[in-house]
Amino acid sequence: MYNRRGLLLGAAALGLSGCKVLDGANEKGSALRGAFESVSNLTYRAQRMMAGNRLAPEYTEADVRQGQRPNGSIDPDGEEYLALSEGGFTGYNLTVTGLVERPLSVSLGQLKAMPSRTQITRHDCVEGWSCIAKWTGVPLSAVLNEAKPKLTARFAVFHCYDVLERSLSGEVKYYESIDLIDAYHPQTILAYGLNGADLPVANGAPLRLRVERQLGYKMAKYVHTIELVDSFAGYGLGKGSYWADRGYEWYAGI
Amino acid sequence: MADKIQGPLIYRQSGWTRLTHWIWAVCLFFLMLSGLQIFNAFPSLHIGNESGFDYDNAILAIGAREGDGENPTGFTRLFGYEFDTTGVLGVSGPEQSVQAFPASLTLPSNRSLATGRVIHFFFAWVLVGTLTVWAVASLLNGHLRALIPTLSDLRQLPRDVADHARLRLHHTRDYGVLQKLAYASVLFVALPLMILTGLSMSPGFNAIAPWLLDLFGGRQTARTIHFLMMVGLIGFFVVHMVMILAAGPINELRSILTGWYRIDPEKTGTDDV
Repeated sequence: MYNRRGLLLGAAALGLSGCKVLDGANEKGSALRGAFESVSNLTYRAQRMMAGNRLAPEYTEADVRQGQRPNGSIDPDGEEYLALSEGGFTGYNLTVTGLVERPLSVSLGQLKAMPSRTQITRHDCVEGWSCIAKWTGVPLSAVLNEAKPKLTARFAVFHCYDVLERSLSGEVKYYESIDLIDAYHPQTILAYGLNGADLPVANGAPLRLRVERQLGYKMAKYVHTIELVDSFAGYGLGKGSYWADRGYEWYAGI
Repeated sequence: MADKIQGPLIYRQSGWTRLTHWIWAVCLFFLMLSGLQIFNAFPSLHIGNESGFDYDNAILAIGAREGDGENPTGFTRLFGYEFDTTGVLGVSGPEQSVQAFPASLTLPSNRSLATGRVIHFFFAWVLVGTLTVWAVASLLNGHLRALIPTLSDLRQLPRDVADHARLRLHHTRDYGVLQKLAYASVLFVALPLMILTGLSMSPGFNAIAPWLLDLFGGRQTARTIHFLMMVGLIGFFVVHMVMILAAGPINELRSILTGWYRIDPEKTGTDDV
Protein backbone atom coordinates (compact mmCIF):
# COMPACT_ATOMS: atom_id res chain seq x y z
CA MET A 1 0.00 0.00 0.00
CA TYR A 2 2.89 2.35 0.74
CA ASN A 3 3.95 2.35 -2.89
CA ARG A 4 0.50 3.28 -4.05
CA ARG A 5 0.39 6.15 -1.62
CA GLY A 6 3.81 7.14 -2.86
CA LEU A 7 2.47 7.07 -6.38
CA LEU A 8 -0.40 9.31 -5.38
CA LEU A 9 1.89 11.75 -3.58
CA GLY A 10 4.22 11.72 -6.57
CA ALA A 11 1.33 12.53 -8.86
CA ALA A 12 0.27 15.37 -6.58
CA ALA A 13 3.82 16.75 -6.51
CA LEU A 14 3.93 16.51 -10.29
CA GLY A 15 0.76 18.54 -10.36
CA LEU A 16 2.11 21.26 -8.11
CA SER A 17 5.35 21.79 -9.97
CA GLY A 18 3.60 20.61 -13.16
CA CYS A 19 4.95 22.85 -15.29
CA LYS A 20 8.58 22.27 -15.69
CA VAL A 21 8.17 18.58 -16.46
CA LEU A 22 7.94 19.10 -20.20
CA ASP A 23 10.23 22.12 -20.51
CA GLY A 24 12.64 19.81 -22.36
CA ALA A 25 10.18 20.01 -25.25
CA ASN A 26 11.27 23.59 -25.84
CA GLU A 27 14.55 22.38 -27.23
CA LYS A 28 14.42 22.00 -30.97
CA GLY A 29 15.88 18.75 -32.21
CA SER A 30 15.47 17.04 -28.81
CA ALA A 31 13.99 13.55 -28.72
CA LEU A 32 11.07 14.75 -26.59
CA ARG A 33 10.13 17.52 -29.01
CA GLY A 34 10.62 15.14 -31.93
CA ALA A 35 8.15 12.71 -30.36
CA PHE A 36 5.57 15.44 -29.83
CA GLU A 37 6.10 16.90 -33.30
CA SER A 38 5.61 13.53 -34.97
CA VAL A 39 1.81 13.87 -34.74
CA SER A 40 1.89 16.95 -36.96
CA ASN A 41 2.50 14.69 -39.94
CA LEU A 42 -0.43 12.54 -38.78
CA THR A 43 -2.66 15.62 -38.66
CA TYR A 44 -1.48 16.62 -42.14
CA ARG A 45 -2.18 13.21 -43.65
CA ALA A 46 -5.52 12.80 -41.88
CA GLN A 47 -6.75 16.23 -42.98
CA ARG A 48 -5.51 15.75 -46.55
CA MET A 49 -7.26 12.38 -46.70
CA MET A 50 -10.57 13.73 -45.37
CA ALA A 51 -10.60 17.19 -46.92
CA GLY A 52 -9.80 16.45 -50.55
CA ASN A 53 -10.49 19.67 -52.38
CA ARG A 54 -13.32 20.84 -50.09
CA LEU A 55 -13.72 24.56 -49.56
CA ALA A 56 -13.24 26.58 -46.41
CA PRO A 57 -16.49 28.18 -45.19
CA GLU A 58 -17.34 31.47 -46.89
CA TYR A 59 -19.35 34.25 -45.29
CA THR A 60 -21.61 37.10 -46.42
CA GLU A 61 -21.07 40.87 -46.67
CA ALA A 62 -23.05 41.23 -43.43
CA ASP A 63 -20.40 39.17 -41.61
CA VAL A 64 -17.68 41.73 -42.40
CA ARG A 65 -18.08 43.80 -39.23
CA GLN A 66 -14.59 45.20 -38.75
CA GLY A 67 -11.33 45.88 -40.57
CA GLN A 68 -8.91 43.02 -41.10
CA ARG A 69 -6.63 43.03 -38.07
CA PRO A 70 -2.99 43.35 -39.21
CA ASN A 71 -0.41 41.20 -37.45
CA GLY A 72 3.28 40.33 -37.77
CA SER A 73 5.08 42.71 -40.15
CA ILE A 74 2.88 45.70 -40.81
CA ASP A 75 5.32 48.24 -42.21
CA PRO A 76 8.31 46.76 -44.12
CA ASP A 77 11.27 49.11 -44.14
CA GLY A 78 13.60 47.54 -46.72
CA GLU A 79 14.86 50.02 -49.33
CA GLU A 80 13.53 48.05 -52.27
CA TYR A 81 10.09 47.80 -50.70
CA LEU A 82 9.96 51.47 -49.71
CA ALA A 83 10.84 52.48 -53.29
CA LEU A 84 8.02 50.30 -54.62
CA SER A 85 5.42 51.55 -52.15
CA GLU A 86 6.32 55.19 -52.81
CA GLY A 87 5.68 54.54 -56.48
CA GLY A 88 2.27 53.05 -55.73
CA PHE A 89 3.65 49.58 -56.60
CA THR A 90 3.64 50.43 -60.33
CA GLY A 91 7.16 49.06 -60.52
CA TYR A 92 6.20 45.81 -58.82
CA ASN A 93 6.73 42.48 -60.54
CA LEU A 94 5.89 39.01 -59.30
CA THR A 95 8.54 36.48 -60.25
CA VAL A 96 7.65 32.81 -60.71
CA THR A 97 10.72 30.63 -60.90
CA GLY A 98 12.26 27.30 -59.91
CA LEU A 99 10.91 24.04 -61.26
CA VAL A 100 8.75 25.56 -64.00
CA GLU A 101 8.85 25.25 -67.78
CA ARG A 102 8.23 28.96 -68.28
CA PRO A 103 9.64 31.33 -65.63
CA LEU A 104 7.47 34.45 -65.35
CA SER A 105 7.75 38.06 -64.37
CA VAL A 106 4.28 39.61 -64.08
CA SER A 107 3.35 43.18 -63.21
CA LEU A 108 0.59 44.06 -60.77
CA GLY A 109 -1.47 45.38 -63.70
CA GLN A 110 -1.13 42.09 -65.54
CA LEU A 111 -2.17 40.16 -62.41
CA LYS A 112 -5.23 42.38 -62.00
CA ALA A 113 -6.13 41.79 -65.65
CA MET A 114 -6.34 38.04 -65.08
CA PRO A 115 -9.64 36.43 -64.03
CA SER A 116 -10.13 37.23 -60.34
CA ARG A 117 -11.81 35.58 -57.40
CA THR A 118 -13.45 37.38 -54.48
CA GLN A 119 -14.17 35.49 -51.28
CA ILE A 120 -15.34 36.42 -47.80
CA THR A 121 -13.43 34.19 -45.44
CA ARG A 122 -12.35 33.91 -41.85
CA HIS A 123 -8.72 34.53 -41.00
CA ASP A 124 -7.60 32.45 -37.99
CA CYS A 125 -4.43 33.52 -36.25
CA VAL A 126 -2.31 30.91 -34.48
CA GLU A 127 -2.74 33.07 -31.37
CA GLY A 128 -6.42 32.20 -31.30
CA TRP A 129 -8.32 35.15 -32.77
CA SER A 130 -10.43 35.22 -35.92
CA CYS A 131 -11.43 38.01 -38.30
CA ILE A 132 -13.73 37.91 -41.33
CA ALA A 133 -12.84 39.92 -44.45
CA LYS A 134 -13.42 40.07 -48.20
CA TRP A 135 -10.38 39.19 -50.28
CA THR A 136 -9.92 39.72 -54.01
CA GLY A 137 -7.10 38.28 -56.05
CA VAL A 138 -5.96 36.00 -58.80
CA PRO A 139 -6.16 32.25 -58.18
CA LEU A 140 -2.65 30.93 -57.66
CA SER A 141 -3.56 28.01 -59.96
CA ALA A 142 -3.99 30.44 -62.88
CA VAL A 143 -0.52 31.89 -62.33
CA LEU A 144 1.00 28.43 -61.95
CA ASN A 145 -0.71 27.23 -65.15
CA GLU A 146 1.04 30.05 -67.02
CA ALA A 147 4.38 29.00 -65.60
CA LYS A 148 3.79 25.25 -66.14
CA PRO A 149 5.35 23.53 -63.12
CA LYS A 150 7.59 20.59 -63.89
CA LEU A 151 6.54 17.14 -62.69
CA THR A 152 9.25 17.18 -60.04
CA ALA A 153 7.78 20.26 -58.31
CA ARG A 154 6.25 19.46 -54.90
CA PHE A 155 6.05 22.75 -53.01
CA ALA A 156 5.58 26.43 -53.75
CA VAL A 157 7.91 28.65 -51.71
CA PHE A 158 6.90 32.30 -51.23
CA HIS A 159 9.68 34.85 -50.79
CA CYS A 160 8.73 38.14 -49.17
CA TYR A 161 10.03 41.69 -48.81
CA ASP A 162 9.60 41.98 -45.04
CA VAL A 163 12.73 41.63 -42.92
CA LEU A 164 12.07 40.13 -39.49
CA GLU A 165 15.56 39.97 -38.08
CA ARG A 166 18.77 41.84 -38.79
CA SER A 167 22.12 40.69 -37.45
CA LEU A 168 25.79 40.51 -38.37
CA SER A 169 25.09 37.36 -40.34
CA GLY A 170 22.57 39.20 -42.47
CA GLU A 171 18.86 39.72 -42.82
CA VAL A 172 16.18 37.13 -42.16
CA LYS A 173 13.25 37.66 -44.47
CA TYR A 174 9.81 36.14 -44.19
CA TYR A 175 9.17 33.08 -46.31
CA GLU A 176 6.53 30.38 -46.42
CA SER A 177 5.76 27.24 -48.38
CA ILE A 178 2.70 25.14 -49.18
CA ASP A 179 2.18 21.85 -50.98
CA LEU A 180 0.76 21.80 -54.50
CA ILE A 181 -2.61 20.55 -53.24
CA ASP A 182 -3.12 23.85 -51.42
CA ALA A 183 -1.40 25.75 -54.22
CA TYR A 184 -4.02 24.53 -56.72
CA HIS A 185 -6.96 24.77 -54.28
CA PRO A 186 -9.67 27.04 -55.76
CA GLN A 187 -9.66 29.38 -52.73
CA THR A 188 -5.89 29.83 -52.76
CA ILE A 189 -5.42 33.29 -54.24
CA LEU A 190 -2.77 35.96 -54.55
CA ALA A 191 -4.78 38.80 -53.05
CA TYR A 192 -4.41 42.42 -54.11
CA GLY A 193 -7.74 43.65 -52.73
CA LEU A 194 -9.22 43.76 -49.22
CA ASN A 195 -12.81 44.70 -48.37
CA GLY A 196 -13.35 46.34 -51.75
CA ALA A 197 -10.18 48.49 -51.75
CA ASP A 198 -6.54 48.00 -52.66
CA LEU A 199 -4.69 45.79 -50.19
CA PRO A 200 -3.20 48.13 -47.53
CA VAL A 201 0.48 47.97 -46.63
CA ALA A 202 -0.35 46.69 -43.12
CA ASN A 203 -2.10 43.67 -44.67
CA GLY A 204 0.62 42.80 -47.19
CA ALA A 205 0.50 45.15 -50.18
CA PRO A 206 0.83 44.78 -53.03
CA LEU A 207 0.32 41.02 -53.04
CA ARG A 208 -0.27 38.45 -50.32
CA LEU A 209 -1.20 34.81 -50.24
CA ARG A 210 -4.54 33.46 -48.98
CA VAL A 211 -4.55 29.76 -48.00
CA GLU A 212 -7.98 29.48 -46.44
CA ARG A 213 -7.65 26.03 -44.88
CA GLN A 214 -4.61 26.97 -42.81
CA LEU A 215 -3.70 29.48 -40.09
CA GLY A 216 -2.69 33.08 -40.74
CA TYR A 217 1.07 32.66 -40.62
CA LYS A 218 0.95 30.52 -43.78
CA MET A 219 -0.51 33.44 -45.73
CA ALA A 220 2.69 35.25 -46.61
CA LYS A 221 2.45 39.03 -47.08
CA TYR A 222 4.59 41.27 -49.35
CA VAL A 223 5.28 38.35 -51.74
CA HIS A 224 7.77 39.10 -54.54
CA THR A 225 8.77 35.63 -55.75
CA ILE A 226 7.14 32.23 -55.97
CA GLU A 227 9.62 29.42 -56.38
CA LEU A 228 8.60 25.87 -57.16
CA VAL A 229 10.84 23.30 -55.50
CA ASP A 230 11.02 19.59 -54.77
CA SER A 231 12.33 20.23 -51.25
CA PHE A 232 12.51 23.30 -49.01
CA ALA A 233 15.47 21.95 -47.02
CA GLY A 234 17.83 24.58 -48.42
CA TYR A 235 15.82 27.63 -47.32
CA GLY A 236 16.05 29.40 -43.98
CA LEU A 237 16.65 26.80 -41.27
CA GLY A 238 15.17 24.09 -43.48
CA LYS A 239 11.65 23.73 -42.06
CA GLY A 240 9.88 25.44 -44.93
CA SER A 241 8.80 28.69 -43.30
CA TYR A 242 9.95 31.54 -41.08
CA TRP A 243 7.68 30.37 -38.27
CA ALA A 244 8.32 26.65 -38.83
CA ASP A 245 12.02 27.44 -38.38
CA ARG A 246 10.99 28.87 -35.00
CA GLY A 247 9.10 25.82 -33.75
CA TYR A 248 5.62 26.20 -35.26
CA GLU A 249 4.20 23.40 -37.41
CA TRP A 250 4.84 23.58 -41.15
CA TYR A 251 1.30 22.29 -41.70
CA ALA A 252 -0.99 24.78 -39.99
CA GLY A 253 -4.37 23.25 -40.76
CA ILE A 254 -5.00 23.04 -37.01
CA MET B 1 -14.51 4.20 6.25
CA ALA B 2 -12.52 1.90 4.03
CA ASP B 3 -11.78 -0.34 6.98
CA LYS B 4 -15.45 -1.06 7.53
CA ILE B 5 -15.99 -2.75 4.18
CA GLN B 6 -16.47 -6.39 5.13
CA GLY B 7 -17.61 -8.08 1.94
CA PRO B 8 -15.67 -10.14 -0.61
CA LEU B 9 -13.06 -8.91 -3.10
CA ILE B 10 -14.48 -8.92 -6.60
CA TYR B 11 -12.82 -8.33 -9.96
CA ARG B 12 -14.50 -5.10 -10.97
CA GLN B 13 -12.38 -3.24 -13.55
CA SER B 14 -11.04 -4.92 -16.68
CA GLY B 15 -7.52 -4.30 -17.90
CA TRP B 16 -8.90 -2.17 -20.76
CA THR B 17 -10.74 0.08 -18.34
CA ARG B 18 -7.74 0.49 -16.03
CA LEU B 19 -5.18 1.10 -18.78
CA THR B 20 -7.28 3.61 -20.70
CA HIS B 21 -8.27 5.39 -17.47
CA TRP B 22 -4.65 6.13 -16.63
CA ILE B 23 -3.63 7.07 -20.14
CA TRP B 24 -6.36 9.68 -20.45
CA ALA B 25 -5.77 10.91 -16.91
CA VAL B 26 -2.21 11.74 -18.00
CA CYS B 27 -3.45 13.15 -21.32
CA LEU B 28 -6.01 15.45 -19.68
CA PHE B 29 -3.42 16.73 -17.21
CA PHE B 30 -1.02 17.74 -20.00
CA LEU B 31 -3.82 18.96 -22.28
CA MET B 32 -5.09 21.31 -19.60
CA LEU B 33 -1.69 22.88 -18.87
CA SER B 34 -0.65 23.18 -22.52
CA GLY B 35 -4.13 24.51 -23.29
CA LEU B 36 -3.64 27.32 -20.76
CA GLN B 37 -0.37 28.15 -22.54
CA ILE B 38 -2.28 28.41 -25.83
CA PHE B 39 -5.02 30.51 -24.18
CA ASN B 40 -2.37 32.93 -22.91
CA ALA B 41 -1.50 33.85 -26.51
CA PHE B 42 -4.93 35.48 -26.83
CA PRO B 43 -6.47 35.63 -23.35
CA SER B 44 -10.09 36.40 -24.10
CA LEU B 45 -13.17 34.38 -25.01
CA HIS B 46 -15.70 35.51 -27.61
CA ILE B 47 -19.11 34.58 -28.99
CA GLY B 48 -19.59 34.12 -32.74
CA ASN B 49 -17.28 33.39 -35.64
CA GLU B 50 -14.76 36.14 -35.09
CA SER B 51 -13.15 38.01 -32.21
CA GLY B 52 -14.41 41.57 -31.97
CA PHE B 53 -11.65 44.18 -32.12
CA ASP B 54 -13.75 47.09 -33.37
CA TYR B 55 -16.74 45.90 -31.33
CA ASP B 56 -17.10 43.88 -28.14
CA ASN B 57 -18.24 40.26 -28.22
CA ALA B 58 -16.04 39.00 -25.40
CA ILE B 59 -17.47 37.24 -22.35
CA LEU B 60 -14.12 36.84 -20.61
CA ALA B 61 -10.90 38.78 -20.89
CA ILE B 62 -7.77 38.59 -18.79
CA GLY B 63 -5.16 41.32 -19.03
CA ALA B 64 -2.79 43.74 -17.36
CA ARG B 65 -2.42 47.48 -17.26
CA GLU B 66 -0.15 50.07 -15.65
CA GLY B 67 -0.79 50.18 -11.91
CA ASP B 68 -0.50 53.04 -9.44
CA GLY B 69 3.00 52.05 -8.39
CA GLU B 70 5.81 50.51 -10.39
CA ASN B 71 4.06 47.21 -10.92
CA PRO B 72 1.30 46.48 -13.41
CA THR B 73 -2.04 45.25 -12.13
CA GLY B 74 -3.84 42.20 -13.48
CA PHE B 75 -7.54 42.21 -14.23
CA THR B 76 -10.17 39.70 -15.23
CA ARG B 77 -13.34 40.88 -16.93
CA LEU B 78 -16.29 38.50 -16.90
CA PHE B 79 -19.52 39.55 -18.64
CA GLY B 80 -18.47 43.18 -18.28
CA TYR B 81 -17.68 42.94 -14.57
CA GLU B 82 -14.05 43.60 -13.83
CA PHE B 83 -12.06 42.11 -10.96
CA ASP B 84 -8.54 42.88 -9.77
CA THR B 85 -6.71 39.56 -10.04
CA THR B 86 -3.12 40.76 -9.61
CA GLY B 87 -0.92 37.92 -8.42
CA VAL B 88 -3.04 35.19 -10.00
CA LEU B 89 -4.47 36.21 -13.38
CA GLY B 90 -3.01 38.91 -15.62
CA VAL B 91 0.06 39.53 -13.50
CA SER B 92 1.69 36.75 -11.47
CA GLY B 93 4.89 35.17 -10.20
CA PRO B 94 7.92 36.53 -8.38
CA GLU B 95 8.82 38.67 -11.40
CA GLN B 96 5.31 40.13 -11.82
CA SER B 97 5.08 38.51 -15.25
CA VAL B 98 2.40 39.92 -17.47
CA GLN B 99 0.52 36.83 -18.63
CA ALA B 100 -3.06 35.61 -18.25
CA PHE B 101 -2.54 32.27 -16.47
CA PRO B 102 0.55 32.03 -14.25
CA ALA B 103 3.67 30.13 -15.36
CA SER B 104 2.98 27.49 -12.69
CA LEU B 105 -0.14 26.48 -14.64
CA THR B 106 1.28 26.40 -18.17
CA LEU B 107 3.24 23.89 -20.18
CA PRO B 108 5.98 24.65 -20.88
CA SER B 109 6.59 26.97 -17.92
CA ASN B 110 8.05 29.68 -20.18
CA ARG B 111 6.00 31.59 -22.73
CA SER B 112 6.02 29.43 -25.87
CA LEU B 113 2.88 29.11 -27.97
CA ALA B 114 4.75 26.88 -30.44
CA THR B 115 5.80 24.36 -27.78
CA GLY B 116 2.39 24.52 -26.08
CA ARG B 117 0.71 23.64 -29.38
CA VAL B 118 3.10 20.78 -30.13
CA ILE B 119 2.42 19.27 -26.67
CA HIS B 120 -1.34 19.88 -26.92
CA PHE B 121 -1.80 18.18 -30.29
CA PHE B 122 0.34 15.21 -29.26
CA PHE B 123 -1.81 14.47 -26.22
CA ALA B 124 -4.98 15.25 -28.19
CA TRP B 125 -4.11 12.46 -30.63
CA VAL B 126 -3.27 10.08 -27.77
CA LEU B 127 -6.59 10.93 -26.09
CA VAL B 128 -8.58 10.30 -29.26
CA GLY B 129 -6.75 7.00 -29.84
CA THR B 130 -7.28 5.89 -26.23
CA LEU B 131 -10.96 6.80 -26.24
CA THR B 132 -11.43 4.82 -29.44
CA VAL B 133 -9.72 1.77 -27.95
CA TRP B 134 -11.81 2.19 -24.78
CA ALA B 135 -15.08 2.52 -26.70
CA VAL B 136 -14.44 -0.61 -28.76
CA ALA B 137 -13.24 -2.67 -25.77
CA SER B 138 -16.09 -1.44 -23.59
CA LEU B 139 -18.67 -2.19 -26.23
CA LEU B 140 -17.36 -5.75 -26.48
CA ASN B 141 -16.91 -6.45 -22.75
CA GLY B 142 -20.16 -4.81 -21.62
CA HIS B 143 -18.55 -1.95 -19.69
CA LEU B 144 -20.32 0.56 -21.93
CA ARG B 145 -23.72 -0.76 -20.84
CA ALA B 146 -22.62 -0.63 -17.20
CA LEU B 147 -22.29 3.17 -17.52
CA ILE B 148 -25.76 3.84 -18.88
CA PRO B 149 -28.33 4.41 -16.13
CA THR B 150 -31.38 2.13 -16.33
CA LEU B 151 -34.92 3.10 -15.46
CA SER B 152 -34.66 1.46 -12.05
CA ASP B 153 -31.38 3.32 -11.52
CA LEU B 154 -33.15 6.60 -12.12
CA ARG B 155 -35.78 5.70 -9.55
CA GLN B 156 -32.93 5.37 -7.03
CA LEU B 157 -31.65 8.83 -7.90
CA PRO B 158 -33.18 10.88 -5.04
CA ARG B 159 -31.96 8.36 -2.50
CA ASP B 160 -28.49 8.18 -4.06
CA VAL B 161 -28.26 11.98 -3.96
CA ALA B 162 -29.27 11.99 -0.29
CA ASP B 163 -26.73 9.26 0.53
CA HIS B 164 -23.93 11.11 -1.27
CA ALA B 165 -24.83 14.32 0.51
CA ARG B 166 -24.24 12.52 3.81
CA LEU B 167 -21.18 10.75 2.34
CA ARG B 168 -22.82 7.40 2.96
CA LEU B 169 -21.26 5.66 0.00
CA HIS B 170 -22.09 2.10 -0.99
CA HIS B 171 -19.60 -0.41 -2.32
CA THR B 172 -21.42 -2.58 -4.78
CA ARG B 173 -20.70 -4.69 -7.85
CA ASP B 174 -22.30 -2.17 -10.18
CA TYR B 175 -21.91 1.58 -10.26
CA GLY B 176 -24.51 3.66 -8.41
CA VAL B 177 -26.73 5.93 -10.45
CA LEU B 178 -24.84 9.14 -9.64
CA GLN B 179 -21.61 7.40 -10.50
CA LYS B 180 -23.06 6.27 -13.82
CA LEU B 181 -24.32 9.76 -14.59
CA ALA B 182 -20.98 11.34 -13.70
CA TYR B 183 -18.87 8.91 -15.74
CA ALA B 184 -21.31 8.87 -18.66
CA SER B 185 -21.40 12.66 -18.83
CA VAL B 186 -17.61 12.79 -18.95
CA LEU B 187 -17.16 9.96 -21.44
CA PHE B 188 -20.18 10.51 -23.69
CA VAL B 189 -20.61 14.27 -23.43
CA ALA B 190 -17.62 16.24 -22.08
CA LEU B 191 -14.77 14.45 -23.85
CA PRO B 192 -16.54 14.20 -27.25
CA LEU B 193 -17.46 17.90 -26.93
CA MET B 194 -13.87 18.70 -26.07
CA ILE B 195 -12.64 16.90 -29.19
CA LEU B 196 -15.31 18.37 -31.49
CA THR B 197 -14.92 21.96 -30.27
CA GLY B 198 -11.16 21.51 -30.56
CA LEU B 199 -11.54 20.34 -34.16
CA SER B 200 -13.89 23.25 -34.85
CA MET B 201 -10.99 25.59 -34.23
CA SER B 202 -9.00 23.90 -37.02
CA PRO B 203 -9.37 25.73 -40.36
CA GLY B 204 -8.51 22.47 -42.12
CA PHE B 205 -11.27 20.62 -40.29
CA ASN B 206 -13.72 23.46 -40.98
CA ALA B 207 -13.46 22.55 -44.66
CA ILE B 208 -14.10 18.88 -43.81
CA ALA B 209 -17.09 19.49 -41.51
CA PRO B 210 -18.40 23.06 -41.83
CA TRP B 211 -21.66 22.00 -40.11
CA LEU B 212 -19.76 21.59 -36.85
CA LEU B 213 -19.04 25.32 -36.85
CA ASP B 214 -22.74 26.02 -37.32
CA LEU B 215 -23.60 23.53 -34.57
CA PHE B 216 -21.37 25.32 -32.05
CA GLY B 217 -22.29 28.81 -33.26
CA GLY B 218 -18.99 29.81 -34.83
CA ARG B 219 -15.28 29.30 -34.31
CA GLN B 220 -14.89 31.68 -31.38
CA THR B 221 -17.93 30.22 -29.61
CA ALA B 222 -16.40 26.76 -30.11
CA ARG B 223 -13.21 28.09 -28.49
CA THR B 224 -15.28 29.42 -25.57
CA ILE B 225 -17.08 26.07 -25.15
CA HIS B 226 -13.71 24.29 -25.28
CA PHE B 227 -12.53 26.45 -22.38
CA LEU B 228 -15.74 26.01 -20.36
CA MET B 229 -15.63 22.21 -20.79
CA MET B 230 -12.07 22.32 -19.44
CA VAL B 231 -13.39 24.10 -16.34
CA GLY B 232 -16.14 21.47 -16.10
CA LEU B 233 -13.63 18.64 -16.30
CA ILE B 234 -11.62 20.19 -13.47
CA GLY B 235 -14.87 20.26 -11.47
CA PHE B 236 -15.38 16.57 -12.21
CA PHE B 237 -11.80 15.83 -11.15
CA VAL B 238 -12.28 17.57 -7.78
CA VAL B 239 -15.51 15.68 -7.04
CA HIS B 240 -13.87 12.44 -8.26
CA MET B 241 -11.01 12.91 -5.74
CA VAL B 242 -13.37 13.79 -2.87
CA MET B 243 -15.48 10.70 -3.58
CA ILE B 244 -12.40 8.46 -3.66
CA LEU B 245 -11.28 9.79 -0.29
CA ALA B 246 -14.78 9.42 1.14
CA ALA B 247 -15.33 5.91 -0.22
CA GLY B 248 -11.96 4.58 0.98
CA PRO B 249 -8.98 5.54 -1.12
CA ILE B 250 -7.10 2.26 -0.78
CA ASN B 251 -10.00 0.14 -1.98
CA GLU B 252 -10.79 2.57 -4.78
CA LEU B 253 -7.17 2.83 -5.91
CA ARG B 254 -6.73 -0.93 -5.78
CA SER B 255 -9.67 -1.38 -8.08
CA ILE B 256 -8.41 1.09 -10.70
CA LEU B 257 -4.85 -0.29 -10.46
CA THR B 258 -5.45 -4.04 -10.13
CA GLY B 259 -9.15 -4.42 -10.88
CA TRP B 260 -9.94 -5.94 -7.44
CA TYR B 261 -12.52 -4.15 -5.33
CA ARG B 262 -13.91 -5.01 -1.92
CA ILE B 263 -17.66 -4.66 -1.75
CA ASP B 264 -20.07 -4.41 1.13
CA PRO B 265 -21.58 -7.74 2.29
CA GLU B 266 -24.34 -8.48 -0.17
CA LYS B 267 -27.88 -8.94 1.06
CA THR B 268 -30.48 -10.67 -1.00
CA GLY B 269 -31.26 -8.89 -4.19
CA THR B 270 -30.53 -5.34 -3.09
CA ASP B 271 -27.62 -3.04 -2.63
CA ASP B 272 -29.30 -1.36 0.29
CA VAL B 273 -26.59 -1.77 2.91
